[in-house]
Amino acid sequence: MRKGDELPPLEIPITRTLIVAGAIASRDYQDVHHDPELARQKGSPDIFMNILTTNGLVGRYITDHFGPRTVLRKVAIRLGAPNYPGDTMVLTGTIEALEDTSATVRIVGTNGIGNHVTGTVTFSMRDAE
Amino acid sequence: MGDDPDTPPPRPDFYDPDDSAARPKPHGANDSTAPGPRDPDAVAARPQSGDTGGPAVRPLAGDTDHQTPRPHAHHPPDDLLTRLKAYEGHPAAVAGVGKDPVNLPMIRHWCEALGDANPVYTGPGAVAPPTMLQAWTMGGLTGHTGRSSAYDELLALLDESGCTSVVATDCEQEYLQPLRPGDRITFDTVIESVSDRKTTKLGTGHFVTTRTDVRVGETLVGTHRFRILKYAPAQRKKPPARPQRPRPVVNRDNAGFWEGVEQHRLLLQRCTSCATLRFPWLPGCAHCGGPDWDTVEASGEGTVHSYVVMHHPPFPAFDPPYAVVLVELAEGVRMISNVVGTPYDKVRIGMPVRLVFRTYDGDLTLPVFRAAAEEAAV
Repeated sequence: MRKGDELPPLEIPITRTLIVAGAIASRDYQDVHHDPELARQKGSPDIFMNILTTNGLVGRYITDHFGPRTVLRKVAIRLGAPNYPGDTMVLTGTIEALEDTSATVRIVGTNGIGNHVTGTVTFSMRDAE
Repeated sequence: MGDDPDTPPPRPDFYDPDDSAARPKPHGANDSTAPGPRDPDAVAARPQSGDTGGPAVRPLAGDTDHQTPRPHAHHPPDDLLTRLKAYEGHPAAVAGVGKDPVNLPMIRHWCEALGDANPVYTGPGAVAPPTMLQAWTMGGLTGHTGRSSAYDELLALLDESGCTSVVATDCEQEYLQPLRPGDRITFDTVIESVSDRKTTKLGTGHFVTTRTDVRVGETLVGTHRFRILKYAPAQRKKPPARPQRPRPVVNRDNAGFWEGVEQHRLLLQRCTSCATLRFPWLPGCAHCGGPDWDTVEASGEGTVHSYVVMHHPPFPAFDPPYAVVLVELAEGVRMISNVVGTPYDKVRIGMPVRLVFRTYDGDLTLPVFRAAAEEAAV
């Protein structure tokens, strides 16, 4: 692992099921995450992914790549273009900093509209047992 | 991507304030027109703003007697900002309790939804996905007991100012200890900041930042900083407020029909060779092939021969669900139209209907039908 290394991208199809399942699994019942009619009334063209699901997917991207010994220390994300059904989000990451016991990856998740999420994930590795 | 790690990530412009010029900060003094938090019990429990690093705004109405009104007290936006800023440093949740202990089923549902197959989230030694931190604090459909009135008041104040929509924009979490099944979390949330009024692509509003400390017993297991934008949805200038219905394509084969409609007459074609009626309008007779025709005006009586209810996909200018009906006219031909004045789920096959003309979008006249029984009653 070296600074500047790029992680392989992870493509996530943004299905209606993922949006709703993620919202409910995170106990987020805001109507804009499951009810298209009410989402439209609030000015959104459709339902969209909640931030907790995005946060979880960003964490998954890192632990999928670095394996089960990965221990997440910090996830800081900022949302941009919403994830609407039918879109695809592509997560990419670049090793940004390496410390003695931790590393930070800068992540970007792009969809068909733009950058859905930008941010950083800091993690360390648990000792092998 | 070689950004300095200390700089914040580049902000996608979706929520970016177009107008980043900061408003003049309100002066520290209070304003007698700013009632601030309303619930006296909640106020009593709050730290004084001077203890929290926030602006020295004292929200208690009773404290304002000796304050000098500020020179710009008549500027409503600044009044609002002062009232909003008064909530900085106040708790949004005190000693909130997670509705469920950390548990394997909720962990499994989360992993299932997100497609996360990490083995450390399963089995006897399982830990919870760290990114679930906020999920354990969620109030769900029944709300949370730990929520302070200050946070509700702040949101209500924003609602009153027109900022009725909300979107989460930032989430920063630090994970200090893993959560394991059986752990019971408690949490305290403080309103860290309320931004000046910002104009974003979504609309104009205020960013509200909170910080939540999550504990198990006395142990701090994680912190969670969360930012939402409370905003008044931008009026969309383009496209126009409501899309118009599609316009008919009028050509020499059907121009006579549309001329009839303009005069509120529903004209059917009749073959002059074999007298077969036909609809919709066509250049020749499907029965005998004869090219010549004249017209007959329909009586307007008919019955619903069949119908479908449109739910999806939505088309511009139409509000699903709605019934599309195939009406059999008394003359024997059938035409596709709408039944107006009858809810979509009350339309029935065999229903007697009668022709009416409706004008849509101000200039588009269409033949539609109304339940005959209803018309008799009117």
